[in-house]
Amino acid sequence: MHFSSRRLGRRTSDRIALDIITYVILGVIAFVSLFPFLVLLINSFASEHFIINKGYTLFPRELSLDAYELVFLNPQKILRAYEVTLFITIVGTALSLFLSSMAAYALSRKDLKYRNVLSFLIYFTTLFSGGLAPTYIVVTTVLHLKNTLAVLLLLPMFNVLYIIMLRNFFQNSVPASLAESAKIDGAGDFTIFLRIVFPLTTPALASIGLFTALAYWNDWWTAMLYVEKQSLLPLQYVLYQILSSVTLAANVVNNVATLNMPKETLKLAMTVVSIGPIVLAYPFVQRFFIKGITLGAVKG
Amino acid sequence: MSAPLGRRGVLSELSRNRTLYLMFLPVAVWFVVFCYLPIGGIILAFKDFNYRDGILGSPWHGFRNFEFFFRSGKAWNVTKNTLLYNLIFLSLYTVISMFTAILISEAAGRRFKKVAQTFMFLPYFISWVVVSAFLYNLCNYEYGMLNRVLVALGGHAINVYGTPLYWYFILPFMYLWKWIGFGTVLYLAAIMGMDQECFEAAVIDGANEFQKISRIILPLLRPTMVLLILLGLGRVLRGEFDMFYQLIGNNSVLIDATDIIDTLVFRSLLGTQDFGMATAAGFYQSVLCFVIILVVNRVVKSLESDYALF
Repeated sequence: MHFSSRRLGRRTSDRIALDIITYVILGVIAFVSLFPFLVLLINSFASEHFIINKGYTLFPRELSLDAYELVFLNPQKILRAYEVTLFITIVGTALSLFLSSMAAYALSRKDLKYRNVLSFLIYFTTLFSGGLAPTYIVVTTVLHLKNTLAVLLLLPMFNVLYIIMLRNFFQNSVPASLAESAKIDGAGDFTIFLRIVFPLTTPALASIGLFTALAYWNDWWTAMLYVEKQSLLPLQYVLYQILSSVTLAANVVNNVATLNMPKETLKLAMTVVSIGPIVLAYPFVQRFFIKGITLGAVKG
Repeated sequence: MSAPLGRRGVLSELSRNRTLYLMFLPVAVWFVVFCYLPIGGIILAFKDFNYRDGILGSPWHGFRNFEFFFRSGKAWNVTKNTLLYNLIFLSLYTVISMFTAILISEAAGRRFKKVAQTFMFLPYFISWVVVSAFLYNLCNYEYGMLNRVLVALGGHAINVYGTPLYWYFILPFMYLWKWIGFGTVLYLAAIMGMDQECFEAAVIDGANEFQKISRIILPLLRPTMVLLILLGLGRVLRGEFDMFYQLIGNNSVLIDATDIIDTLVFRSLLGTQDFGMATAAGFYQSVLCFVIILVVNRVVKSLESDYALF
């Protein structure tokens, strides 16, 4: 009795020590992670005058909606950028997911003789690549994809890791007997994939689809390299243009840069407008991303 | 099964499984066009490229592109920067992600755990374009929060964007800020997959919380850690172009301290349009990268063959 209560006491003290460490450290990391978002959001509602005089603070004393008014006064260009981004994200993700899983299913079939060679040829591109310059020349002079929506859709389309993950997933969780019995019933390989395998693996596909969608949404550099036409620029690149030059910010919202335009807060408001949907959707989709990472960690 | 050898074997396999090969075709075409054609395009490293003659027609240039790259003195500097930054990123990321994942798995409050993890994972979802705006809000000389706080505390404002020294700390910090949440989820997944009986047995045997972490969780995390470090080492020469380009851009004061191979290639492509040199530098990077992967894989294979990648 005496022994067990002493042991209980010791366990409690190390439990308390660990709790304190955990709460303090996790609290600090969580706060630091969130802090820049707070600074951005709060200061986007500050008045330009206050920021110029007092700088960025957590408690601005002069509030103003000028920057947002300016953004929404003439929103065509931003709406256009949103349109482009939404289009490439939705269409790109759908195509990428469908084609990746179709190929991954083919690679997962044991009766496909060259599956290992083909898998290796895909994997090899992560070990050795031509590099940026030859890719640029091929895309612009051989394929003539400069200034097209196609380049924004195609370049980020496939990811070796996802294809391999999907292949392993099909191998491990779709019984081969399922395909065989469907085959005996007269179903072709494509029908088997579309009617049996695809519906069975929707949760895994949803996770990978979200990662792909995020990559499309955040892609700025395909546009930077290959697109000059303003009407084809996606959101992230337009935001980059705005952040890297104030006069251009004026261009995007108003066409005339006026002297008393809220330049600093305009950048903030634009940033808020551009990350708004992601941050709002985040609490609802977070668990799918976590599931996807878990899947990769266990099966990869 | 005795499949006939040679061409007839290939053809009969292709026709027998033609649907499956057709299903693989779109992906195959993409990889040929966007990965293997550019690998062929490496011949540009040995050419003096001009648009009129194209890739094949442009005149040969011998090794002058490589000579230019190495003689300019940039080669060593960017290689050193790329390697050093990425090794620092990888080691800090590994240690802190593991540490944070362990803390989350051990945290008592369910809600606290959940909220903390949600906040930590948030930076993963935004682009480096937005991160660069964040950094600017905090660090810019005139209005930045950092300088306002420094001045309010009686200190001097510092010129972050004009002082290379600070970036040796800012870059790893921003890297961690963006990636810790992701790494934590990864390691947490590994911890959650561990056999709960081990922990119960340890508690019965009188292990305290810290012993539980050091004697059970850490050893069981080792395979995950080794695998992730291996994958990371394969990328030490390619890492984080997005971050360097967005946070620093074309700031000429910071360039020596923060130029990596990818940013150098990018600038010579968009700025000076020196395709030969850009290709040569990219080729040098690819070869070095390939060698590193082979060496790391060989070393791992001889030490612990279970962990080898191939």
